[in-house]
Amino acid sequence: MSHLGYLVAGWAIGIGVPFIYAILVLRRGRKLSEKVPFARQRWISSSEDQARIKDE
Amino acid sequence: MKIKLLESNDGRPNATSSRSTRFLGICLVLGIPVLILFAFVFSPKDDTMEDAVRLLYIHVPVAIFSYIAFGVTAMGSIFYLWKQSRWWDTTAHASAEIGVIFCGLTLVTGSIWGRPTWNTWWEWGDVRLVTTLVMFLIFIGYLALRQVPASPHVRAKRAAIVGIIGTINIPIVNRSVEWWENSTLHQQSSLTDGNLEDLTLFTWFLGTLILAIAYVWLMIHRFRVGWLSTEYESLGYGAAIEERKAEADLHAGTRSGTTEEGEVE
Amino acid sequence: MEFRDAWSIALKDLRIELRSRILMNQIAPYTLLIVVLFGFALDANTQTLRDTGPGLFWVAVLLIALLAIQRAVKIEEDDAARERMLLTPVHSPSVFLGKSIALFIQLFALEILLFFVMLALFDLSVEDPLLIFLSAVLATIGIASSGTLYGVIAAGVGVRETLLPILLLPVIAPIAIGATRAFGDSFGRVDADGWAWLGLLSVFAVVYTVLGMLAYGQLVEDA
Repeated sequence: MSHLGYLVAGWAIGIGVPFIYAILVLRRGRKLSEKVPFARQRWISSSEDQARIKDE
Repeated sequence: MKIKLLESNDGRPNATSSRSTRFLGICLVLGIPVLILFAFVFSPKDDTMEDAVRLLYIHVPVAIFSYIAFGVTAMGSIFYLWKQSRWWDTTAHASAEIGVIFCGLTLVTGSIWGRPTWNTWWEWGDVRLVTTLVMFLIFIGYLALRQVPASPHVRAKRAAIVGIIGTINIPIVNRSVEWWENSTLHQQSSLTDGNLEDLTLFTWFLGTLILAIAYVWLMIHRFRVGWLSTEYESLGYGAAIEERKAEADLHAGTRSGTTEEGEVE
Repeated sequence: MEFRDAWSIALKDLRIELRSRILMNQIAPYTLLIVVLFGFALDANTQTLRDTGPGLFWVAVLLIALLAIQRAVKIEEDDAARERMLLTPVHSPSVFLGKSIALFIQLFALEILLFFVMLALFDLSVEDPLLIFLSAVLATIGIASSGTLYGVIAAGVGVRETLLPILLLPVIAPIAIGATRAFGDSFGRVDADGWAWLGLLSVFAVVYTVLGMLAYGQLVEDA
């Protein structure tokens, strides 16, 4: 395969950077969600999740 | 693997994930290897670009979605000024951040592709390159403005105006660069030629689909993080005020106590 | 909107400048310093300086403009001048226009100084004085209006000095391109139709003057 080095570099950056960004966003979300009460996290609406909150 | 990442250890509904994002996450985890497989193995090499064409399966979708992301920011900014709703402000911010990431990737992957194909990392005369770079810088400025502490409404209003002006500026930059050095190395869209092989076409389609899912997944998470941080800020202010009040009460109490004692003495 | 109001705002800013002499005593010498530094950076080679002269001129103008804009914001921050101006029955588009006019006059004066200094030091010869004049006027209107608008966006934040350049400079990139081309053509340095660029410069000037008049009121309230 020609230009293999360029290909690998391009794809590694193209997938790696969003992946790292995604992890950072998830970590930030997790930290913040510990500090904010569940009642103010509007997307926790599925019955399964609600049940788990009640258990706590 | 990604699912595990989303699930916190104590089994609480975790952070910014929900059923829909888990579903999209699974699609991504399954889809990205398939895309790599198609891009590297199944799709044929290009007649002129040879294997370098395989970089375009990521470069072009990322470029498309960086433009879409900035478009969403502009839309969110307009709707914010109109409706004054926090929802639109958070959307605009989330999309701008993802847009900057995608735009940076567009520049980097394009540069890596340009080296073997055009024999240069960067071409000043190319309209799309220079426009994309200026757009990248404009939205970095937008994100910097958003970092500046201010009351939520003031910050949102300023950011919305900068977001709208930045977007209006993009066609002006594009025009000016086009006249400046009227040369482009970018080929006309190969899609319209109609002489692409089926597998190449399918790989383009798959790449765009994966990027669409990635954009939506990132948007939902980033939106929720933005929402949480605003909630946290307002909580923080509330808590700080409570704290001050308690402190003030305490001081008032001791002070009145001492004066009383003073009177007694 | 009253043009007379705008004019009195502009006169106010200019009068403050005449009394404080910040522009004359600090920014004008800085202008000369930039030219000298360009000379050092480009190796005392007159040919190179001549070729890059138009671009250097506009880079220098952008650097000066940043300082002048900061100054224009600063005079509104002192003694709560902005709050008092909001109390007067002057509409915000007039305020925007007035501040832009004042900035335009100050920048244009500095550009004239810079122009003759560069003409002498870089040994440039002018082929088309009218094109030089028109492109400088249009570009400066664009810089003054966008600068006034972004100045008020960055006003009131603690990090104004560092925030303003990254917000403003990418936005005025088209001016840097257009005005440099027009100057290059009128110095006979590049093979381009300088007159064609006046269109772009005037579009930019009009767009930012209109945007500024629309948005200034919104922004100035909470600056």
